[in-house]
Parts: sequence; C-alpha cells; structure tokens
Amino acid sequence: MFSYCADPESLGTIAWFSCFLTTGVHLSFYLAFFKVLGLLAVTAPVALAFGFIGAMTARSHFLPLSLIGRAYIAIVRGVPDIAFFMFFVIALDQAFEWTRHKLLCPEWTQPIRQGNDFIVCAAAKLPLGTAPQWVHESYAFFLALITFSIVFGAFAANVLYGAMRAVPRAQIETAEAYGMTHRQSFWRILVPQMWVYALPGLSNLWMVLIKATPLLFLLGLEDIVYWARELGGTKTPKFTDYPHGDWRMWYFLALLIFYLGCTRVSEVLLERLMKRLTHGQATLGGEAQRKAAA
Amino acid sequence: MRGNNQTKGVKLMKKILLGTAVLAFSAGMALAQDTVRMGTEGAYPPYNFINDKGEVDGFERELGDELCKRAELTCEWVKNDWDSIIPNLVSGNYDTIMAGMSITDERDQVIDFTQDYYPPTESAYVAASDGVDIKGGIVAAQTATIQAGYVAESGATLVEFATPEETVAAVRNGEADAVFADYDYLVPLVEESNGELMFVGDRVPLGGGVGMGLRESDTELKEKFDAAITAMKEDGSLNDLLKKWFGDEVATY
Repeated sequence: MFSYCADPESLGTIAWFSCFLTTGVHLSFYLAFFKVLGLLAVTAPVALAFGFIGAMTARSHFLPLSLIGRAYIAIVRGVPDIAFFMFFVIALDQAFEWTRHKLLCPEWTQPIRQGNDFIVCAAAKLPLGTAPQWVHESYAFFLALITFSIVFGAFAANVLYGAMRAVPRAQIETAEAYGMTHRQSFWRILVPQMWVYALPGLSNLWMVLIKATPLLFLLGLEDIVYWARELGGTKTPKFTDYPHGDWRMWYFLALLIFYLGCTRVSEVLLERLMKRLTHGQATLGGEAQRKAAA
Repeated sequence: MRGNNQTKGVKLMKKILLGTAVLAFSAGMALAQDTVRMGTEGAYPPYNFINDKGEVDGFERELGDELCKRAELTCEWVKNDWDSIIPNLVSGNYDTIMAGMSITDERDQVIDFTQDYYPPTESAYVAASDGVDIKGGIVAAQTATIQAGYVAESGATLVEFATPEETVAAVRNGEADAVFADYDYLVPLVEESNGELMFVGDRVPLGGGVGMGLRESDTELKEKFDAAITAMKEDGSLNDLLKKWFGDEVATY
C-alpha cells in the first residue's frame, strides 16, 4: 500500500502495522464486513416478505394453500441450518441449471446425472464458464441471499402467524360490525395491530441472523470469520513478508466488538420502533403510554 | 418534435438491440474456449495458501498455472472450504481440485484423479514435548483427511478440526498431545517454533500421492492434464518445482 512497505523487516512497530494492516488480504477482510452488512440489509426485508406471505398462506381458508404455507413453515424450521446451507444451495443451483438446460439445449442427448456428476451443457451453466470471477461471487451471494431468506422467512412466518392471532378478537368483530369485508378488516385492522406482538419475536430473529453470517463460508463466500481465522493464524516467514504468531485472539476480539456494536445499534433502533408501534395499541404498553401523556 | 424524438428512441433501441445481439454472439463464440476453474482450499502452505496480496499462491498455484499453459487452457483459481470441496466439484461449481488432496480409494469412488503430481506423502506427528504417547494419547488432525482416518484406527483419541491451522494450535495450547499431518506442512512450522514444537515418532507413508481431482465425466480434461503432468515429470520441471517449494530433501520423480 505505502511506498516504504517494500522491506517490512526493517520497519518500526507503527510503520510495520501500517503496512501489515493494509495488505491485499486485509483489504479483503475489510471488504467482507461490507459483504456481511449488505447481506443483512437485503436479507432482512426479503425474509420478512417471505414470512408475511408464509403467514398469510398458512392462515388461508382455502385448504391446499393453507397446507402449503404450513408445510413450508414446518419443514424449513425442522431442518438443521447447517444441512440446509450445505445441500439446499447446491440443489437450488442445480434446479436453475436444470431448467436452463431443458430450455436452452433441447438437442442434448447425454443424461444430466452421470453417477455423482451433474452435467449440463455449457450454455446452461450458471454463471457461464466464461464469466469473470466477480459474476461467480455475485451469483453465490445471490444464492446465499435466497437461502437465508427462505430459512429466516419460515421463522418469521411463524412469528407473524402467532402475532396475527394475538390481535384481540374484539377488534375484528368491531371491524365486521362496521361492515368491513374480510379483506378490509385484514389489511386495515389486523395487520397494523399485529406488529406490536410480532416485534419481540422478529427482533430475536434479527439478532440470530446477524450472528448466522459465518454460514456464508459454507456457500463459498469469504465472510469475516473466515478471514479472521485465516489472517490470525500463524504465519511463517517463508510464505509472507509479515510473519507473526497465533494472533487469532486479536482478530476475533475485533469481530466481538463488531458484533457487540451491531447488537447495541439494533437494540436502540428496535426499542424506538417498539415505542412507535405501541402507540395507541390496546396493550399494556399502549395503555401506559396513554396515561403518561394524559 | 414528439415524433422526431420517438424515431430517435427507436433508432437508439435498435442500436442497443443490435449491440446485445453482437455481444450474445461473441459470448457464444467464447464458449468454445471455456475457462477452467481450479478449486483449492487456500489454507495449506506450501501446497496452497493466500499470499499478502490476497491471491492464491503456493506449489499448486505455480504447478497448476504451468499445467494450464502446457495444456493451452485458460485457468482461474477459486477458493472453497475443505468440507464442501468435493460436493461443489461434482455439482460443477469448478472443474478441478488442487488442494493437496491425496488419492484414496474412498475419494476415487466419487471423483477421478489425474496421476500424482506429488509422490505418496509421508505424514508425521508433531508434539510440544518428547515422549508423548502418540498411540494412546489425544491426536489432532484435519477433518476428512487420510490422517484423520489413520489416527482413528491407531488407537489414539482423535480430535478433528476444520482447518490445518487449528490442528497445530490445539497442540500449542495443550488441547491435544500431538498433531498428525503431512510432513511437508509441518516442517516450516516446526522450524519456526523456536523449539516449542518437535517431530515425534516415525513418519508414516499414507495415500497414493497427491493428484488433481476432476469430475468422473470430465475424461477429456483429465487426459489433457495427465499429458501435461507426464511432460513435466519427463523434462524435470516438476522436480524443480517440488524442490523450490518443499526443499531439497523432498521425494522427486
């Protein structure tokens, strides 16, 4: 990075660290923080949408739809995360490639499954074999995003399903008495009121999601935990200009601070959100707010 | 004015469409010369590791690049976790594995190997002090390696770790009595440890050498790499590489 870094052995401590902490690998490490934050920022709303749709289908009066919703919640919640992340992603990728293969290469005669191998024509590969590495990485990121959203969506669906049932029945009855249709009372009465019941459960999920990001490496994405382990490990002078002992403790300490910081920021924001959602609700919290204001 | 704008719009549209058509066509042409994606772990010096610049480096990087040059292939390196390195190969996420992977019967049932580019390896025990009981004590090894299999059968208590680094760290912090790993991986670590670590017991020859892993259906690619490896063995350039990365005492062809 700096011009004086050519011969690290001759440097003083501060200069040495300024070089050490700006090597290419360290820049990848810093980039990984943004990768993790980006994944969180996109996954959270998508998973919430999955959850909302899941809860709505599970509540449906149309039996097949309700069964689909409930099966989604039950199956995804029941499968261990690590199994999901090891196999579902590969299966999803293969499903995409299989579909593209059927569409793009109808004249292909060889079987797709040959023993253990999964072979599709070159044009059906995702991403294409000629694509640069960043396309492969973005695709992996996209697969990770879908997988995280499906897994956390199922948990969110269960939370929202419970929250919808927690809204006092009297509220819906009143809506019906005013002549609202089923749809109207759902969107205008039930949905605005359920969030206050859903938030504690959803905030738990968010906290778990923040800490689940090391699963990214199973999907071939280098996350911060991977880099901390890789960079902190003992480095012998033969393979690096910056040899050092086992420094994993320091790297993991940095991660600890990062994760604690994330938790603290989330707590503050969630607390504010809770206050807003409680406003005017027929709950203990809502009642307390009303009395304090009066 | 409006009409004029629209025709302009249509013209622009045509240009863009033509542009994409040309792009798509050239992409189709380029398919003939596919990139071969080389999968590795990047955590096993001197075989493969990540250098200061963040690139894959090591014996296998240099060898792989040379093999690709000889076979006239364009190659690109990708990192993958050791645990899922075989599933991702058979699923087609990359085309080869060069990750210090020993050729074993178990693996050969799932994937194919080229001939070995590193002679059958010797594995060794390293401990923090002499006189450690390597047949009855606690021995660390990396998960899903031939060394882990060997330790499990040797009568010692096996503790497995996901990365080679952690197996050595386990010995340093006393979690394990000894670590069992490739001799060549351990040599630089022992040399640099200032006497903290030492080799104990005898070296054990294991596996059928290190080879490049490929999908069983990829016979054409396998032949190309096999031919390149043979050529490198014949003209001695493979031996030069081995000496460069593993020192003069390494077994050669």
